[in-house]
Amino acid sequence: MAIATTQRRLRDSPMTAHVVNRSAAERTLARQFAEQERHERSSARAAAFERFAAVGLPTRRVEAWHYTDLRASMADAAPIQPAPTRADVEAARSRLAGRERFAPGAQLVLLGGRFIAELSGPLPANVFITDGVAVHAVDDPLAALNEALSPHGCTISIRRGAKILEPITLLHLGDEASSYSIYSRTAIEFEVEAQASFVEIFEGAHAGVQRHPATIMTLAEGALAKHVAVVGDEPGLHIETQIYELAKAAELTTFGLVSGGALTRRQTFVRMTGKDAKASLGGLALIDGARRADTTLQVVHAAPAGRSREFYRAIVDDDAVGVFQGKVIVEKAAQKTDGAMKSQAILLSPRAQMNEKPELEIFADDVTCGHGATVASLDPEHVFYLEARGITNSDAKSMLLEAFGGEAIDRINDKLLVGPLRARLAAWLETRKANT
Amino acid sequence: MLEVKNLSVSIEDKLILDNLSLSVNAGEVAAIMGPNGSGKSTLAYVLAGKPAYKVISGQILFDGESLLELQPNERALKGLFLAFQYPIEIPGVAAMTFLKAALNAHRRSRGESDLTTPDFMRRVRDAAQLLKIDQEMLRRPLNVGFSGGEKKRFEVLQMALLAPEVSVLDETDSGLDIDALRIVAEGVNALRNPKRTFVVITHYQRLLDHIKPDVVHVMARGRIVASGGPELALELERNGYRDYAEEAA
Repeated sequence: MAIATTQRRLRDSPMTAHVVNRSAAERTLARQFAEQERHERSSARAAAFERFAAVGLPTRRVEAWHYTDLRASMADAAPIQPAPTRADVEAARSRLAGRERFAPGAQLVLLGGRFIAELSGPLPANVFITDGVAVHAVDDPLAALNEALSPHGCTISIRRGAKILEPITLLHLGDEASSYSIYSRTAIEFEVEAQASFVEIFEGAHAGVQRHPATIMTLAEGALAKHVAVVGDEPGLHIETQIYELAKAAELTTFGLVSGGALTRRQTFVRMTGKDAKASLGGLALIDGARRADTTLQVVHAAPAGRSREFYRAIVDDDAVGVFQGKVIVEKAAQKTDGAMKSQAILLSPRAQMNEKPELEIFADDVTCGHGATVASLDPEHVFYLEARGITNSDAKSMLLEAFGGEAIDRINDKLLVGPLRARLAAWLETRKANT
Repeated sequence: MLEVKNLSVSIEDKLILDNLSLSVNAGEVAAIMGPNGSGKSTLAYVLAGKPAYKVISGQILFDGESLLELQPNERALKGLFLAFQYPIEIPGVAAMTFLKAALNAHRRSRGESDLTTPDFMRRVRDAAQLLKIDQEMLRRPLNVGFSGGEKKRFEVLQMALLAPEVSVLDETDSGLDIDALRIVAEGVNALRNPKRTFVVITHYQRLLDHIKPDVVHVMARGRIVASGGPELALELERNGYRDYAEEAA
């Protein structure tokens, strides 16, 4: 059952030239970090930047970045967005006034990667927010860069046993006029048996924006978390890092919807450290034009009897390129692990591309693990069946795509979240139909 | 009502229909019988406009109007219905959503407004009752997990709701047990009237015991090789297709 793969890391090799030969973007990043250090020294950030600099912006030669050559696609790093001014806050306030909410419940607003208390609604009882984020490193250069360059960030805690019924929204509000790099870092801590859902909405960014958000979610014993991320705006670059740690019998459900952005990468690192933990990860990428969307997962089963499900779908049109890389690692201690990973894509154009790379690395001997990946066109038999009942060709295709995407969304299994996500999918299909 | 004139059709350069002509009058139930590989299903698909078939020559007239230039959905909206031999399973599309989309497409093409949900539900419930279709089945995704019999009954349900002028039943009896066959046949018989035309494609006489044809056509080697009354079906049941297959060769 075990499929062994060899890990080669570029930085192990003394022959690599790019460490010396910095790109323009890498030089800018180094300057930006030095500038930040002049204002506020931090050994933790310095260590993080060092980890980034050891690899630099990843190229295809870095295994986890094989399909997204960031060094080639990032010509330069945009200036880091400064802390919002009074005028910025007021402008955001008026934008929020006319804005339709994605989901009900409390909403926290981030501007330029910083939590803005005066724009945020009150939190439910038993949910607290404090400044700062504990160090939580994963082995990835861009996760390290986020750690090095993010403003201090905040930590949201859900108290022991609290059951928060409505989702809590983190709204990452972009600024429509300016071109900036936006780094943000948010920790969400679930205490023992706490239950809550979080929705992160990325909104208002345009092609000049390079966004680097990170969310670190820790689930104590028996905690129950749902986490939805929605990337529907148009940043030039969106590199999102999600880090999850699950203690005994904790249960996590995630979903990510990507329908915008020139280059998006959502990288998820899950570590199941307690036994009987359950993780269900999912996502849907709707990409057209010349977009590139990369979903990269690493799920580590470090304790016995864990269950993980990964279910990702993509609809790829025009010249767009999709990437799914999923790696499930079952450590020696993680006996009785039950893992199943699936990635499926529909290509709508002869030029559309999908790169699928599911992997299992199994070191325990009593596990059930599997993976599957499919890339296909819409089934002409399905289209014909619907047409034969009077439904137009374009409506038939939309129905089938809505079904395909909807099945991924439904797995979040929460009415308050499924409805708005399905509405986004329907709107995307409607726009597509109008343009074809 | 339906007239096929000198139709030749190929798929992947293989000639399937060879100069086929067939005429079916309004209100008539015409059975088309023939051995495997005689082109019966191809005829059904070509009538409905399935892509991948290449029409080399000939014409299909529906109420005097040519069908071949029309898209599959346009043919359906004109009043042509194909009951599939193998109804397609479509995960993620709820059976009810599909029925509503199909019904409303027909209504819009006639300049009528969409059905209200209660009106739609009532129509489906009434039609489903007649065909002994369980409400639970309608809550499932389209044809997914339906048994062979359920799929065929669901085809007839669609036929009942869309009320087509011409229905082509492609081996609707295949995969049905006697009871299911009777239910499906009763469903079809309930729809018979002087304006509705049925083309019933089958291998066996069995279905024709339940759906009495006005005429029987025998198809072999891509064309109609004999036509007659219901007694022709009985003769085929006794003697098989051998005579006709040889005749056409």
